Order: sequence, then structure tokens, then C-alpha cells
Amino acid sequence: MFRRFELRLPQLVLAIALILLGMVFILTLRSVPLIIADKNLTSLALLISGLIFYAGVLIIVSMFQSETVLTIALLLPSIVAVAIFVYGFIGWSVRVSLSQWKGLNPDFTWVGLKQYYSLFHNDPRFVIDIRNTAMFTVGFILGCLILGLGLAILLDQRLKGEAIYRGIFLFPMSISFIATGVIWGWLMNPATGNRITGINLIFQSLGLNSLISLWHSTPQPWGMAFTVIPAVWQLSGFTMALYMGGIRSVSEDLREAARVDGASEFQIYRYIILPLLQPVTLSAVIILAHMSLKIFDLIVALGNKAISLDVPGIYMWTTTFDGTNYAQGAAIGILMLISVAILVVPYLVQNMRTETEL
Amino acid sequence: MSKKFSLLSLLFVVMLVLSACGPKGVTSTEVEVFSWWVGPGEADGLAAMVKVFNAEYPKITFVNAAVAGGAGTNAKAVLATRLAANDAPDSWQAHAGQEILATYLAAGQIEPLDDLFASTGFDKVLPATLLPLISQNGHPYSVPVNIHRSNVMWYNPKVLADAGVTANPKSDFNTWDDFFAVCDVIKAAGKICLSLGAPWTGVHLFENVMLGSMGADKWNGLWSNPPTTDWNGSDVAAGIANFAKVLSYTNPDASTLSDWQTPSKMMTDGDAAFNIMGDWAYGYFANAAPNGLALTPHTDFDWAASPGTYGIFNFLSDSFVLPVGAKHPDGATAWLTVAASKAGQEAFNPLKGSICARTDCDQSLFPEYSQDAARDWTSNVVVGSLMHGVVAAPAWLTSTSTAIGLFQADTSKTADFQAALVAACAADGTCK
Repeated sequence: MFRRFELRLPQLVLAIALILLGMVFILTLRSVPLIIADKNLTSLALLISGLIFYAGVLIIVSMFQSETVLTIALLLPSIVAVAIFVYGFIGWSVRVSLSQWKGLNPDFTWVGLKQYYSLFHNDPRFVIDIRNTAMFTVGFILGCLILGLGLAILLDQRLKGEAIYRGIFLFPMSISFIATGVIWGWLMNPATGNRITGINLIFQSLGLNSLISLWHSTPQPWGMAFTVIPAVWQLSGFTMALYMGGIRSVSEDLREAARVDGASEFQIYRYIILPLLQPVTLSAVIILAHMSLKIFDLIVALGNKAISLDVPGIYMWTTTFDGTNYAQGAAIGILMLISVAILVVPYLVQNMRTETEL
Repeated sequence: MSKKFSLLSLLFVVMLVLSACGPKGVTSTEVEVFSWWVGPGEADGLAAMVKVFNAEYPKITFVNAAVAGGAGTNAKAVLATRLAANDAPDSWQAHAGQEILATYLAAGQIEPLDDLFASTGFDKVLPATLLPLISQNGHPYSVPVNIHRSNVMWYNPKVLADAGVTANPKSDFNTWDDFFAVCDVIKAAGKICLSLGAPWTGVHLFENVMLGSMGADKWNGLWSNPPTTDWNGSDVAAGIANFAKVLSYTNPDASTLSDWQTPSKMMTDGDAAFNIMGDWAYGYFANAAPNGLALTPHTDFDWAASPGTYGIFNFLSDSFVLPVGAKHPDGATAWLTVAASKAGQEAFNPLKGSICARTDCDQSLFPEYSQDAARDWTSNVVVGSLMHGVVAAPAWLTSTSTAIGLFQADTSKTADFQAALVAACAADGTCK
């Protein structure tokens, strides 16, 4: 591994200079904060100092003339960061969820699965959370898949200005869920009488009074179903893009062959394209489901933490930060992680297997 | 390799240039104050108090670390995160009472303020009923800037007159049933009787319904340790029955409204007759645009104690604390001195729509509502607010709020609601 170490003096000097400079910066910043124009830039400066330091290390490593060593050295910071900030903190959350930490001071007294037990056994709010999440997930995924596939098939008809439509359908994806929630909250305003506004006002002026709705303030459980509308609006374009890619990868020869055999366009979609799209559907379901299982921002913006529109993410927030019940908050967070992991991990494992086969 | 080398050299030069900009010396002449005063009315009050601060301490820079959200629901989360990261602001807003004592004092995060109280003579000008609530073992732990009243019912006189209501809310609502009778008239006239907003305003309503149903002594008994009013008893059950009935007179879209201003405005707009909200709403109604609605008292809106609470002052108080190991202890002490001072409180409170915690403020600076409230503050029976941190620890408040939210979603489950209230008290450890 080290057989081709080649010492180059100028690089070595530069490397040592960088390492020393980085260290001096880091040590200085530990005691003196960097403030430019009233902005505290200490953490940014620390990051840059760390990069300077590591650049020096990399120069020395590059002298070993070994790709393996260099690769490891380049990946090491990310691996360490992910190990600490993702897996380390998951582990810490698990530990907190097995404790009785309530209040601002940590209390790691071991209580086993008590927090989980009480969530499932005598917590009506968590029951609502599970029901709401299930309802939201099913509606959201079905809505996105059906609308996304429909849009993709429409755009597959080689219409004029396809790129423009594609852009329009994809555009909502670039908006944050908070903005979507606020705007759809206005559109789906349930007020009636002279305060009527939003979509209800459109219905009223079109004479479609029977369609005027309480939207997401419909008495539970059905209010939650209306929160699916903005979510589908936001992500059906993304699902369309996934399906478009799938449809376009079906070779024209295959379609041509079917046409020669006398298949109608409908039959081509039904018996050739749709079966070939199955892997796309699976990917779409995974991506959409992991969003909906940990949904927070959209629902907060729409429902203001109302219990009838509660989801585990909001419950975790309230119990942790308003109630300072950190142990219960951690337990809810871990349950959310497990629900997503059940879905994502088998998919990742399968993906890795297929990649190895290739 | 030489290309890579020159690139790195360039990077090196850039770093040297950056390092020349260098860290500036740390300024000890600042104070970072954390609050949730960003809404109309309250932000004006804070600005006025900062003006007093800047005049008295021109060398100390005031850093406003305010976080939006009614009753501080978002701000408290941000503060908890900052405290956990050892990044405490130099002083922060908290509600007097259990919110401070059960949270920050229990966690050993705040200093006693005996010296500041003694040197400024602050303890001499505070109402006797307030001092025990901000103290533990005789040591005060926060500087109360203001007193707010929770049990205020705002109403629109025009809506009442148009509906043909003859009852006077200032004297005729001795029980909730008196209120319900009027509500039926207003409902028949096609208006909302009582406007309600975001979920926390439901908790605010709940405490005043309970208070109006059971009276001051029994309300206080719910929160004494151990409780002298039975959470599982008939007084609570009667309060719950009234609360369920009140909710039936509110706007069905309450949960979708984002905070308290929208339902308050529904009342002044004439869509609703009544709105029960703390007296911070006064600043919003009366202040000039754009932060207020610039309305005229008695004609556009009027006020009374909420039904059944005549002679009771359900109070809350915004207070500031001194953290253990403040980054700028001089700045923090300077801020607390201004917050406790006559000039500071007289600048802040007229705009915030609250009354001074001090009893010696010049009443002529205050609008009519506040003079009214200041008179009640000295003569009424004083009780503490649930929603605003006086009577219950945050964990107890949260579990009670959850129970109230569940009940709002289905008001037929009265027995479940009462059982949940009992469980919340037991989980706190107050109920055995």
C-alpha cells in the first residue's frame, strides 16, 4: 500500500502550513467568536478552518500515490459525520425513549418500554395519529399514482408544447410544504355566510352550493382526507416525471410490434407499458410513503396543531417542546423512524442486491 | 499534479486573505433578550421599552431575539433547544408562576433576584398577591413587566343591538346559562355567538368557562397540592357541560384559524358577537394601523369580565429572568433594571394593552380599559391562568391541552374528557 510514497518538498511545506493555519484558526475561534457586521459567523469560520486543516492532511495523503488510501481519506469526514449525526443520534434517541426524562434536565433512569406501552395502551391522541397517518398515506399515494400516471400518459401523446406542460405539472414540487399549506388553507377556507372565500366562493358564484365544503375542518375522521388534496397537488407532478421516464424507456420497437399484431393503443398501455412500469410504481410508492409517514409541515400549516388533524410528527413536537416530556417525544420519533424503515430498508436491500448482480 | 498544486496554492492565498479579516474582539456591551413579542401591539410595546433602555444605557446594544407565535408556543421550543445547547440568551420571557418555577428553576437555570429587587426597591411596589407566585423559598426569580387579564369577554355592541339583546354583558352574565340565553338570540339573528381560533385559544376559553362555572375558590383548589377541588367531582363535570355547550355556539372553522387575531377581528367585523381573549387584544383593537385596527372603544367594541367571573381577576404576567452564567451579566442586569423600572413599565404597558406590575404607574398614560383593569387588579379576587403558565407545570398544561383538543373534536365524550383531566393531574404527581 505504501510502496510508492513520494516526498515532494513544496507540497509538504504547503500541507504543513495548511494544517497549522487550520489548527490556529480552530483554537482561536474556540475562545473568540467571529462577528462580521453583527452576524455571528463562528460556526461557518470553524467549518472553513476544518476544511483548511483537512486540505493539508489530504495533500500529505496524496503523496502515497495510492487511490485506495486517497479514497478512504476523502470519504472519512462524511463517514464520521454520518456516523455521529445520523446513527449516533438515532441511538441517543432510542436511549432517551427508554428513560423517564421530563423537564429540562436530562433524566436517564431506565424504564424499559414504558413510553411505548403507554402510547399504545392509554393514549387516545396517538390512536388518532395512527388513523390520520394511515388515511393520509393511502389517499396521498393513490392520488399521486393515479394523477401522475394519467398526466404521464397524456403527455406521452406527443402533444405540442409538451415541455411547457411538464414544467407546469412539476412546478408545485419546488414549493415548500409550509407555503403549500398556508395557500391551500386560504383556498380551502371553510367559512360560510358573508365571510365565504376561496374555493367555496367559486362554488357559490357558480351556483354549485351543494359542493361548498367544510374542507379539513370537517368533523373527524374525514377532515384529514382533505389534507390529501394539497399534498397530491404538490407531488403528482413528481410522480408524473417518474412515470414519464418509465414510459419513454419502453422501446418504440415493442410498441410497433404490438401495433403490427393488431393491438389498439389502449391494449398497448394495458398489456405492455403498464406491466413494464411496475418498478417505477414501486419506487414512487416508497418515495411518497416515506414523505407521508413523517409529514409535519403541511399539516401544521393547515391545521394549527388541532387534535382532529394530529399526526405523530406534531404530537412529538408538542410533547417534547411544549410539555418538555423528552422521553415520550423520543418514543414517538423512534416509532416514526421504524414505520419508515419497514418500508425503505427492504427496498434498499433489494436495490443493493440488483446492483451487485449487474 | 501541478494543476492540483496551483489550485491548492490559490486556496491557500484565499484563506490568508480571509484570515486577515480576522475575528473581531467580543463585545461585552450587548444584551440578547428573548421573547415572543412580534405580533401587533406587543411588538410596539417592546420597541418602546427598548427605547427607554437605549436612553438609559446608550453603550449597551439591545439584540432582539423574538420568535413568533401566540402564547409563546413556538418560542418556548426554540428556547428549550437553545438552553440544551448551552446557548442561553441573556434574559428571556416566561410566564410568572409554575412555568418559571417548575421549569427553569427546577432545572437550575436561573438566578435569584434578591439583590436587584432590593437595590431598585421593586419589591415595595409590587402587589402582595404577585410576589409569592414569582418566588420560591422567599427568593424572587423573575421580573414581572406587566399584568394581563385572561377572563375578558370582548363584544360588539352593534351586533347585540341589531339582534335585539337587552342584557348588559357588564352586569347580567352571572352564570353561563345567562350567556347561553343571549347566544340563542344571536344565533337566531344569523351571527356567530362566540368566535374561537387556533387550538390554544380553546384552552384559554376552557379555563374561563371552568372559572365562571365553579368560582375562584374551587378553581384555586384544582391547582393546590394536593387538590382541594376533586378533578373527578361534580364541579368539574358541571364546568365540562358548560364548556361543551359554549363550543356549540362557536364558529365551526375555529381550528383552521391561525392565531387569536382572526377570531378577535371576526367580532369587531360584526360576524360574531363575543370573543373571549386576554386583554392583549385591546392593543390590537385600539392601536393605530398597520399594527392595530384603530377602533373606538364602546362603539366598535366593548368589554366585560367573562360570564360568571365578576369580581375575579384571572391573571398572567410576562416576566424576565436572569440565567445562571449569562453571557453578558451586566447587560442582563441593565435590561432587568429597565424592565422593573417605572419608566420601562410605563413605556411598555400602554402599547401592549396590559397594566403595570408596579402599583405606582401614572394611570393617566393608560387608556380607559387599562385604568379599569388596574382598579380591578387591586380590588378583585386574584386567580392564576392555566393556559398562560401560572397554575400548572408545562407537562401538565400540555396533557390537559391534549384532553381539551380531543374533547373539542368530539364534545359528546364528556366522561372521557373528565377521566383525561384526572389522568393529567395524576401524571403531574399533584393528584395522588
